[in-house]
Amino acid sequence: MRRWSWERVVSILLISPAVIAIAIFVYGFIGWTAYTSLTKWDKLLPDFTLVGLSNYRKLFAHQRFQIDLRNTVVFTVLFLISCLIIGFVLAFLLDQRVRGEGIFRSIYLFPMSISFIVTGVVWRWLLNPGSDELGSTGINALFDMVGLGFLKTGWYTDPKIGIMAVAIAATWQMSGYTMAMYLAGLRAIPEDLREAARVDGASEVQIVRHIILPLLQPITLSAVIVLGHISLKIYDLIVSMTGPGIGFATDVPAYFMWDTTFRGNHFARGAAIAIILLVMVAVLIVPYLAWSIRTEAEL
Amino acid sequence: MTTQTRKLRRSKKPPIRWQRVVLYVVLVAFAIFYLMPVYVLIATGLKSFAEVNLQRMWNLPTGLHFDSYMKAWFGSEVEGFRGLNVNFMNSVYLTVPATIISAMWGSINGYILAKWKFRGSDVLFPLLLFGMFIPYQSILIPLVQVLQRINIFGVKFYGSIPGLILAHVIYGIPITTLIFRNYYANIPTELIEAAKIDGANIFGIYRHVLFPLSVPGFVVVMIWQFTSIWNDFLFAATITSHPASQPITVGLNNLAGSYIVEWNVQMAGALLTALPTLLVYIFLGRYFMRGLMAGSLKG
Repeated sequence: MRRWSWERVVSILLISPAVIAIAIFVYGFIGWTAYTSLTKWDKLLPDFTLVGLSNYRKLFAHQRFQIDLRNTVVFTVLFLISCLIIGFVLAFLLDQRVRGEGIFRSIYLFPMSISFIVTGVVWRWLLNPGSDELGSTGINALFDMVGLGFLKTGWYTDPKIGIMAVAIAATWQMSGYTMAMYLAGLRAIPEDLREAARVDGASEVQIVRHIILPLLQPITLSAVIVLGHISLKIYDLIVSMTGPGIGFATDVPAYFMWDTTFRGNHFARGAAIAIILLVMVAVLIVPYLAWSIRTEAEL
Repeated sequence: MTTQTRKLRRSKKPPIRWQRVVLYVVLVAFAIFYLMPVYVLIATGLKSFAEVNLQRMWNLPTGLHFDSYMKAWFGSEVEGFRGLNVNFMNSVYLTVPATIISAMWGSINGYILAKWKFRGSDVLFPLLLFGMFIPYQSILIPLVQVLQRINIFGVKFYGSIPGLILAHVIYGIPITTLIFRNYYANIPTELIEAAKIDGANIFGIYRHVLFPLSVPGFVVVMIWQFTSIWNDFLFAATITSHPASQPITVGLNNLAGSYIVEWNVQMAGALLTALPTLLVYIFLGRYFMRGLMAGSLKG
């Protein structure tokens, strides 16, 4: 009995540095940021005079922030839909006993190992539209070469579709992830199930619609949440690929936060943006965490 | 979606060979899409300065020239920009210790949470996990303030590699703990009971039973941490402001954001930045995948 309690104490001592570190650096700091967002701190030197929610009120009335929120929605929708569709199509095709499957899989997945900064630098040149005097470059030049010149566009230099260009680069980087998740899911579906449906006369389309897709739903949910929270936080790619763009065409809250806090010294406003970002991510993640932990406990 | 349904509709009818051809054509087309930026990266970096031309981006280099790499690595005093060599080494000095400390710490946390559960550990675990999803913007302002005040034995933490190591180790706790906890949960409790009967205590069990079985767990965690720390930009850009102490992602972003740096030099720099994590992916891709899956909580 004595030995038991001795080891209990030791086990708690061993875990406590991590618990204390997270308590301070995650929860304490979030609290600090939340407090900062309620103050008047608007220059380099801190000013902790409380002003209530006025920073939030001003922010939601701020044109740049409104554009940022709209960009985030557009970006998230484009990015999620293209990752889910491309990921599922690739996984489904790879699941057809493909020769060289390992090579294809590695090729689809390698961009995940690269920094968003590298991706941004490369795609900035690939989607560089060129100019009338000098001619087309990058993808536009490629379109010219294969006779698809009518597809040429200004990409990220066009304020209307700028954020779409960023979503293309992000999809290039992350769609391998959904492919890998779906492929693992497809491999977990027993072949008997599809065979039984075939015997019953179901077509392949029906099998996909009524058996495969419903069984893959938990994976779709995981992918939406993981990619969704990445998309809300997207920052590096914007920095290296486009910056905020003309008329904030490719600006996002995470970029605005950094810009206004560390360049503009509007600390309270930056803190308010950070807290809004955190709330958006938490709305997505907290139910998912609870669900993950609960399903794990049932096992 | 169209390719998918087209393929499926065909599958009703017998001509299997035709169907296989379409399958491979789609797979190869996607492979080309994912490899296209790599082609431009490598081809551009190998061109001589005379050959470099935005309009002829897609042409193969006429020979092997390493001038772009030399310039990206060493910089150019004449043109007045810094090379990436210092930044590359900074990233090495940052990533190697941070990865090792993270992995050791995560292993201990995972051991306690998997094998020495205490009252409240089931509540603690999700609270810990939440830390890996937060947008780091929400802790950035306090982090900078705290790092500015830390000065241990003359080592400054703000603006330096030790500060970055601290940030990455602390914010790496959730993911490393998660991977190790799931890994150790799969090790049978009988092994531990047997060791207890043989008189091993909490340290002995870790040292003689779990640690020797941990190699795959360590590989997964170290690859994950290596990749995310090497690729990080947000912490690096916020904590280090002097070029001489900045990691390579910040160095590359500065290089690419400068109007005096030729784009082939930027491309060479991008490849230098991507190379370490790419090599890890190429040689240890299997373990990279496992970390990825753990990141979506389904370890």
